[in-house]
Amino acid sequence: MRGLRKAYKDHVAVNGLDLDIRRGEIFGILGPNGAGKSTTVEILEGHRSRDGGEVEVLGEDPGRASRQWKSWIGIVWQNEVVSGELTVAETVRHYAQYFPDPRDLEEILHVVGLTEKAGARVTGLSGGQRRRVDVAVGVIGRPELLFLDEPTTGFDPAARRQFWDLIRSLADDGTTIVLTSHYLDEVEALADRLAVVVGGKVVAEGDPATLGGRASAQATVSWLAPEGPREYRTDTPTGVINDLAAHFRGEIPELTVSRPSLEDIYLGLIKEQETAA
Amino acid sequence: MTQTLVGAPAAGRLHPGGEGGKLPGAFRLGLLRGGVEIKQFFRAKEAVVFTFALPIVMMTMFASIFHDKIQGAGITVSQLYVAAMLGAGLMSTSFQNIGIGIATERDEGNLRRLRAMPMPRSAYFFGKLWLVLVTGVAETALLLAVGVAFFDLKLPSTPGKWFTLAWVLLLGMIACSLLGIAMSSVPRDAKSATPIMVLPFLVLQFISGVYISINSMSGWMVKVGSFFPLKWMCQGFRAVFLPDRAKVLEQGGDWELGRVALVLGAWCIGGLILCLTTFRWKGRRDG
Repeated sequence: MRGLRKAYKDHVAVNGLDLDIRRGEIFGILGPNGAGKSTTVEILEGHRSRDGGEVEVLGEDPGRASRQWKSWIGIVWQNEVVSGELTVAETVRHYAQYFPDPRDLEEILHVVGLTEKAGARVTGLSGGQRRRVDVAVGVIGRPELLFLDEPTTGFDPAARRQFWDLIRSLADDGTTIVLTSHYLDEVEALADRLAVVVGGKVVAEGDPATLGGRASAQATVSWLAPEGPREYRTDTPTGVINDLAAHFRGEIPELTVSRPSLEDIYLGLIKEQETAA
Repeated sequence: MTQTLVGAPAAGRLHPGGEGGKLPGAFRLGLLRGGVEIKQFFRAKEAVVFTFALPIVMMTMFASIFHDKIQGAGITVSQLYVAAMLGAGLMSTSFQNIGIGIATERDEGNLRRLRAMPMPRSAYFFGKLWLVLVTGVAETALLLAVGVAFFDLKLPSTPGKWFTLAWVLLLGMIACSLLGIAMSSVPRDAKSATPIMVLPFLVLQFISGVYISINSMSGWMVKVGSFFPLKWMCQGFRAVFLPDRAKVLEQGGDWELGRVALVLGAWCIGGLILCLTTFRWKGRRDG
């Protein structure tokens, strides 16, 4: 199997951006507002034309996509909400009919947690529930490649977890997923790999656990000393704790050892770019 | 493109049937779209009431206020209004409803979603035409029923007149729908759609002889009105529902059915070209 290949360069908002997304992975795209990540994704979806560069998605140029190609793609847009006077089941069933090999309606309503709302009009649903209709419509056609743009905005925490499980199960079935999100924990929980886009360029790309030297970065040891809270950055936290333990002769008050979170790394990357610019 | 598809990475596809699953055709999808459009339309109660009640209310008002006999034409003014309101009612279900409907769908992002679907664009237009066919015929039937019951309207007496009714209805419907689709690209968003669609339609009704008979209007108004389809739709309906003696009230002293067909036909073709060249899936906010 040949890996899915995508790369393109020179868009107004996107300046020489290269990306390779492999078939079957969950790929996260992070970046501040206006960094060009939505533009990038829209070009990949075939919804925006590009000024230069080469793009290949599932073996085709999305700018000249065939109907067949569209039937392999699923999209859940940012800020999008299905509207209209149809019921949930009618909406999803209608869109299923566009595809040659759609998923089972009951099954999909179950996974998005809308079985009980199947007969309800979409207009009468809450924001989070409508969002789940969007997701159901996005995956009903059994897409090879699914684009998710801020998919869980407006979800309560429990619904988010449920949604993550859905995404993981889709990925287990072999669906390639491109996820853009502001929620770093979401990207960290789901993505196999991710790219940080700033100023229309990829500034870092890799595994969420090792991105930007995260795994090898210095750890911070903090504790409560008699004179107040103390912090110490070190490459050898175990040694520091040993010393502290000897000093306190037992429990070290309010001891924590932390490595930079994905958020720290991400914010650091953005700051770096801003200073460079 | 299709050739590269066959050679595209097929191994490990989620669809073991390969390319076996066939995409539904444009006509079938158009029917499906039509079904959904009609269902949604009739579920939006306020819009349904407004669409169907407005022409009936207008017709009842005008035909009740002005009901004198017209000298030498053998008809009452009410009859004239009924025939004219058929044209205006048809245009409201096609031009106005389609234009506002599409502008709203575009603003709400529904068009963007549809565009992402493996659906040819013609299926979307077919769906709209089905909606107009159903609502336009229903509207016409309702107006006819009220006209016959209260305002001395006579149903067509000959198969030829029924035929004229059918083609005026169909051509008028198609021409106005296409115009509505083209016009839907003008409003910036859903909020501005109603004024932008309704205002020109209202003006057009005045200069097309819907509220004021053609022979009492100034020359330039008639000229402008004659450029658009509404005047000719109303004229076609008058040919169907008024006795031949009433011809004297027409501009040319005749029903001019040939010209009616010609102008409406030309609008169908011109409207189609306008649609294909100006239609956009994206709203202005989509960039």
